[in-house]
Amino acid sequence: MDLISLAPVYPELMVALGAIALLMLGAFMRDGEAAGRTVAWLALAVIAAAFVLVLNQTGAREVLFDGAFVNDGVTRFLKLLILMGSGLALLLTFNDFARAKILFFEYPVLLLIATLGMLMMVSANDLIALYLGLELQSLALYVVAAFKRDDVRSSEAGLKYFVLGALSSGMLLYGASLLYGITGSTGYAQIAAAAQAEGMAQNLGLTAGLVFVLVGLAFKVSAVPFHMWTPDVYEGAPTPVTTFFAAAPKVAAMALLIRFTQAALPSVALQWQQIIIFLSIASMVLGAFAAIGQTNIKRLLAYSSIGHVGFALIGLAANNAEGTAGVLIYLAIYVFMTLGAFACVLAMRRNAQNVEEISELAGLAKTDLRLASVFAVLMFSLAGIPPLAGFWAKWYAFLPAIKAGLYPLAIIGVVTSVIGAFYYLRIVKIMFFDEAAAPFEPVEGKVLLVMSLAAIFVVGFVLPFIGGTVFDAATAAASALVGSGP
Amino acid sequence: MSNILSIVTFLPLAGAIIIAFLNSEAKGNARWVALWTTILTFAISLLIWINFDKTNPGFQFVEDYAWIGGLKYKMGVDGISMLFVILTTFLMPLCILASWESVQDRVKEYMIAFLVLETLMLGVFCALDLVLFYLFFEGGLIPMFLIIGVWGGKRRVYASFKFFLYTLLGSVLMLLAMMAMYWHAGTTDIPTLLTTKFPADMQWWLWLAFFASFAVKMPMWPVHTWLPDAHVEAPTAGSVILAGILLKMGGYGFLRFSLPMFPIASEQLAPLVFSLSIIAIVYTSLVALVQEDMKKLIAYSSVAHMGYVTMGIFTASQQGIDGAIFQMLSHGIVSAALFLCVGVIYDRTHTREIAAYGGLVERMPKYAVAFMVFTMANVGLPGTSGFIGEFLTLLAAFKANTWVAILATTGVILSAAYALYLYRRVIFGVLEKPKLKALLDLSPREVAILAPLVLLTIYYGFYPAPVLDVTGASVKNLVANYEAALKPAAAMLGQ
Repeated sequence: MDLISLAPVYPELMVALGAIALLMLGAFMRDGEAAGRTVAWLALAVIAAAFVLVLNQTGAREVLFDGAFVNDGVTRFLKLLILMGSGLALLLTFNDFARAKILFFEYPVLLLIATLGMLMMVSANDLIALYLGLELQSLALYVVAAFKRDDVRSSEAGLKYFVLGALSSGMLLYGASLLYGITGSTGYAQIAAAAQAEGMAQNLGLTAGLVFVLVGLAFKVSAVPFHMWTPDVYEGAPTPVTTFFAAAPKVAAMALLIRFTQAALPSVALQWQQIIIFLSIASMVLGAFAAIGQTNIKRLLAYSSIGHVGFALIGLAANNAEGTAGVLIYLAIYVFMTLGAFACVLAMRRNAQNVEEISELAGLAKTDLRLASVFAVLMFSLAGIPPLAGFWAKWYAFLPAIKAGLYPLAIIGVVTSVIGAFYYLRIVKIMFFDEAAAPFEPVEGKVLLVMSLAAIFVVGFVLPFIGGTVFDAATAAASALVGSGP
Repeated sequence: MSNILSIVTFLPLAGAIIIAFLNSEAKGNARWVALWTTILTFAISLLIWINFDKTNPGFQFVEDYAWIGGLKYKMGVDGISMLFVILTTFLMPLCILASWESVQDRVKEYMIAFLVLETLMLGVFCALDLVLFYLFFEGGLIPMFLIIGVWGGKRRVYASFKFFLYTLLGSVLMLLAMMAMYWHAGTTDIPTLLTTKFPADMQWWLWLAFFASFAVKMPMWPVHTWLPDAHVEAPTAGSVILAGILLKMGGYGFLRFSLPMFPIASEQLAPLVFSLSIIAIVYTSLVALVQEDMKKLIAYSSVAHMGYVTMGIFTASQQGIDGAIFQMLSHGIVSAALFLCVGVIYDRTHTREIAAYGGLVERMPKYAVAFMVFTMANVGLPGTSGFIGEFLTLLAAFKANTWVAILATTGVILSAAYALYLYRRVIFGVLEKPKLKALLDLSPREVAILAPLVLLTIYYGFYPAPVLDVTGASVKNLVANYEAALKPAAAMLGQ
């Protein structure tokens, strides 16, 4: 295989080689923190380079490695999103880790490896490729969750994530083996072809395999009832790591769900649609109600992310081209909102300490109007209030569901979004209506950059050159996936 | 001239952005910028009115650009929406003036919130695309939530949450209905949807979903309970906007969507609306009678007055709809003025308890005159603007259903009871409370706020033609289309 034929995997190669090279560089540099800083900047450069490489892809369908690896419009869209999420999350790491004296070179390297795993997940067109990508990502994530080694909560988060993640991987692997047993192949194209045969829709083995794989994937996107790890891991992991967790891996896992359901098993759509609808409703309802009682902002955002996964799944449940486009748009908006919200959490610093209690935000509008305004805009957006981006995410998620006639799902969705609005409003209320607490420390440059980017995206989404661009890209990508079949 | 609607709509937003860059210590600058922005917006909106072609029933000043995806940024006004635009731009400078001294805390943010709110309200009346409409309609919740919550009274948190969640819940159902309409008609373009014939059973569901949103916004009994709370807790200017414009969005929605787009459902469900309207008129009038808080009393009277509007709209006749629009405009002026009047004495004594007043006429004769005019207009005395709207809607209701008209007429008597009772207790009687003895009459600023409202109330009471001329052609067109749409349905029933 010559180098030119590897062109579709250049971004992945870039990240893989970058990770290895930086590991070497870090290992041979003496000064710990300087090494960490240098490697982190170089890792950002690697991510940027990979971003450019993906950007240069045409979005045309390319299949590699005997059908195990696929590139098309959807992968391009999602890879750009993942690289952006990883890069911005890494940007938020510097000062926070430096203060905690854990700015080691391993973190950027692990983050690169996790990113590589995610890129592979997005392109996986085969159960083995799926599992490889997933595990590469997960193993790196287990380690970074526990990156604050001396901190009990961080270690606990890492352990919890590992145990539950391993369990879900096991289930997924078991489901994959069943599918292999029934259909005789691990490739999506072959599975799809085999599943079209007479009587396959009633085949218990196929259904069981489908269920196990979906359970495994539901763990990764933290859909209810497989969400238990999310609040603890979000709360326990260092905030920059949580930021990373909340954005890019969700995109990658969602990508797996999209491709697995639509490319491998389109012929048993009725079966997986039921499961997705259940996951969606359960996630939306739990996300809306469980967040109400939270006092820790990171836990609250964890439940919020569970709810948002539920909304994104609505688009998938609709099982049409608009639905897939809706999921892509939802993910794009979700990544920006999440990064912005966690950047705001990182900005909550008082007496050289990060604070995480929601009550600490009291009266922020009086002490730091800029931070309070950005935070409020993001909260209103997460609540889905127009004209902010969060509304558009919901619009493009519900629209296909109505087309598909999923009225109960849509109605439950909008009602839970009203319930969810309550706790987002509560944060706005605490910041704007309550008496002022002591001011926070001034917001650092990099945090401010990410915050502003997110705010501009969220507010500016109504403008054609932001919202229109995202919509057009997502629609073009989704039509390629659904139209082409396996 | 071609983009004049966008200019009017987004001018306040531009003002808000300018204020955002001002030094937060300079309270005066923020006030002046806000005032001039709103006055300029008003002036430009008058230009629209002058150039408005009264004989054209269709949309005018239409702007049409590609937007996100297949959606369009489309703006335009017709006879139904034209005057709401003017009402909005007219009330805003008065609101800014009314907040001149009473708001001292976070002035910059306050002015920004109001200007953003003005942009969103104007957008609601100008939007000719469903999604664009929803964007403005719902977006208004954010600034209003902050206005009630930050600058409101004691129970502001409760009131702001109730306001926000109540209206949001109503609106999200409308959002789903909009999606269903989009898949049926293939577009969100309002003029196209106005000519789309939806199947009868689909109309029912769509009608109910839109009703959920507009009935809450209006508000109709029994979903009106957010309104008294929001009114009582909001700052004066917030109440003015709430009563003057936000409530009108519900009526406007009925006229723009429910009636013309779902005529069959409207016809069949009209008895439901009539029943709710009558309950609103009679029941909330009775409730108003026993209120101890001035703002609460006016809030309940607003619900009662909105009952006439819904009743008039769903008679689906020229008189009824003309009357409903007139009633909304008149109520926009009168209830806004009444809240301003409450604000005037609240600024002096910091209480809204009716029992805390009495005998104000001795200290504040000018105020007593202005308050008298608005009270009479609220009652619907002939010669005030309040009379025209009530009379027309009752006339139309009488044609449609005699019992509805008879029951609704009792509301006129009840409104006289509570409004005059309020006036007597506040203005007349003996001035015995020591706090009241040092009160000053209206300042020049307050005269400047109330004088135009007094003049308009009386002017439109005697000469309603300027309003009815504008609405006439569009309403006639609406009624004609409505009846044409019902004919096949009636023919089918006859077979």
